[in-house]
Amino acid sequence: MVRVVRTGQSAPAQFDLSKQSVSELNKFVHGHLEGVTEVRVENPDGAHSIAVAVDAPLRIEIGGNVGYFCAGLNKQATVMIDGNAGPGVAENMMSGRVEVAGFASGGAGASAHGGLLVIHGDAGLRCGISLKGADIVVGGDVGSFSAFMAQAGRIVICGNAAEGLGDSLYEAVVYVRGGIRSLGADAEVQPMGAEDTAAVTALLAAAGIGHPAREFKRVGSARKLYHWNVDANQEY
Amino acid sequence: MATQPLLQMPATPERLQREESALYDRQVLDYIERAAATGLYEIRGLGAKRRLPHFDDLVFLGASLSRYPLEGYREKCTTRTILGTRFARKPIELDIPITIAGMSFGSLSANVKEALGRAATSVGTSTTTGDGGMTLEERVSSKTLVYQCLPSRYGFNPDDLRRADAIEVVIGQGAKPGGGGMLLGQKVSARVAAMRTLPEGIDQRSACRHPDWTGPDDLAIKIKELREATDWEKPIYIKIGATRVFNDVKLCVHAGADVIVVDGMQGGTAATQLAFIEHVGIPTLAAVRQAVEALEELNMKDKVQLIVSGGIRTGADVAKALALGADAVAIGQGILMALGCNSDSYVQGGKHYSAEADYRRLMTAPGFCHHCHTGFCPVGVTTQDPVLEQRLEPEVGAKRVRNYLKTLNLELTTLARACGKQNVHHLEREDLVALTVEAAAMARLPLAGTRWVPGQP
Ligand code: SF4
Repeated sequence: MVRVVRTGQSAPAQFDLSKQSVSELNKFVHGHLEGVTEVRVENPDGAHSIAVAVDAPLRIEIGGNVGYFCAGLNKQATVMIDGNAGPGVAENMMSGRVEVAGFASGGAGASAHGGLLVIHGDAGLRCGISLKGADIVVGGDVGSFSAFMAQAGRIVICGNAAEGLGDSLYEAVVYVRGGIRSLGADAEVQPMGAEDTAAVTALLAAAGIGHPAREFKRVGSARKLYHWNVDANQEY
Repeated sequence: MATQPLLQMPATPERLQREESALYDRQVLDYIERAAATGLYEIRGLGAKRRLPHFDDLVFLGASLSRYPLEGYREKCTTRTILGTRFARKPIELDIPITIAGMSFGSLSANVKEALGRAATSVGTSTTTGDGGMTLEERVSSKTLVYQCLPSRYGFNPDDLRRADAIEVVIGQGAKPGGGGMLLGQKVSARVAAMRTLPEGIDQRSACRHPDWTGPDDLAIKIKELREATDWEKPIYIKIGATRVFNDVKLCVHAGADVIVVDGMQGGTAATQLAFIEHVGIPTLAAVRQAVEALEELNMKDKVQLIVSGGIRTGADVAKALALGADAVAIGQGILMALGCNSDSYVQGGKHYSAEADYRRLMTAPGFCHHCHTGFCPVGVTTQDPVLEQRLEPEVGAKRVRNYLKTLNLELTTLARACGKQNVHHLEREDLVALTVEAAAMARLPLAGTRWVPGQP
């Protein structure tokens, strides 16, 4: 039984995950949502797969920490996580906005095709791995192998990046404000152009984080791994 | 009689030394020559070419006096196959236990994908997408379509996920367990590139690990996510390349699979390093047995279904796989060959045209081709070239694949009836013996005419 409190057109639907299951919540947000524009989720308590595969212009507020894959496969929805997020937050997001107030674990925004992921704290390993067009803004640091094989999209890192940033990058671009422990294969620091400055400014504004764009450097692909090269050292 | 002068023989006859080395035979010489010339490993298509213990090394013990056969043409023998009964609300129902394996749009042309969908639908079986996403053509033409979730996640999206009838999480492939996909630049056309979010014409190497999970415990959570995303409706398959099959199958069960697909080392690929194709993984024969043992040990046989692939070519192969404990098989290379792979001609407007010159251009010949990676498939099967792809007309392709699948199914039911079975799923290990010690050991079956099962007291 789904216990949804709807006290009026604008009042949010309420879910209490200490009493209701994640499946009930997901089924609800996948359903016909006449009149519902907001969903409030209490006591997430680290549960996995909260609000996955939503395809509606909902605002979903989650009051606490979430487990794996929160807001995975998201389309259209705005998902606000008032806590920390486990691995794969907003994985394969297509559109919409996912915002984490705290830290995010590994694989944040993995293979996301569109939309904006904002992480106010640090992000763990492999942030933006296999990114396919989404934008990610991280207020803090990112872990090793972030932007690994990222194909398209932008990642703005306000803190530092750990080892192997942008390994085997395709056309995605990474902007880093702090230090870079090391770059991955085929990643290089490139000059910031006017478009880059504009992009960083706009993304930071969208994320509500205030740093001047000129403090960022750009990391892009040297495109040396795009083609097999007979004479190349085959160490990759 | 006058004596004829003897023919003048040279004192020392010229004798060419042709003592071939088993260790450095012509294949190895060719390999070393190639390596020395290029400094790059060889990449090719299809699967292992070396001789391996296989289903050919098993034979059926048809019914005789100790068992009754069924009348070959009159008595019923059902082939209905249900997959995904463990957790999914909507299991897959197939008319035959022979499915079409995952092959990507990119490696195959859109025409081919459409032909496969039509053929599968007409015989009541399923097709599978591949590394590169779902095309509209294949969705429309396939009644039952399995959607792969691969490490690369190229083109992966929730809309296609919902449109699919089942989901297959691909951990590995028999041709390259532990390796990622490859698609060389010639095949990364504008449409393929757009579907995969890649620059056109680059040599694409896909990841070998999934981006958002590592290890079996994570996989269990990932599978739950996919179930949540589809409201627990669709069966979830896990596909593994055959290596440590016994343990891997157990982990698949623990991770929550409805169906497990085990792909032996004879399984094909569109492009992989030769070293991988011939030297990684175990033969399908050994893999089936290990998979079945793992399911039996967990008391999961018939609860979690097993699909076997990797070198399934004939109805006899299908029957033997089922007798060993598989619930269904998946075919890739055989399907390509039904479409005309390695044939000397292609059909256009009802007429055959020679493709020999185009094989020659690839420096190969019909019967020897494994050049799918080049994108210049002489018969229009594994290509994105706008001219070459026309060589496979979808109607012709669909008809050939349909005929091929029908033939396999007829052979399967013939063998099942001969073994006295009214249902092909009743074929059992007791119906089989092995012809070689290797096959007996791998399949744990008695050597023909003996009670000896290698490794058993
Ligand atoms: S004929 Fe075509 S499909 Fe067959 S091996 Fe050659 S290139 Fe590949």
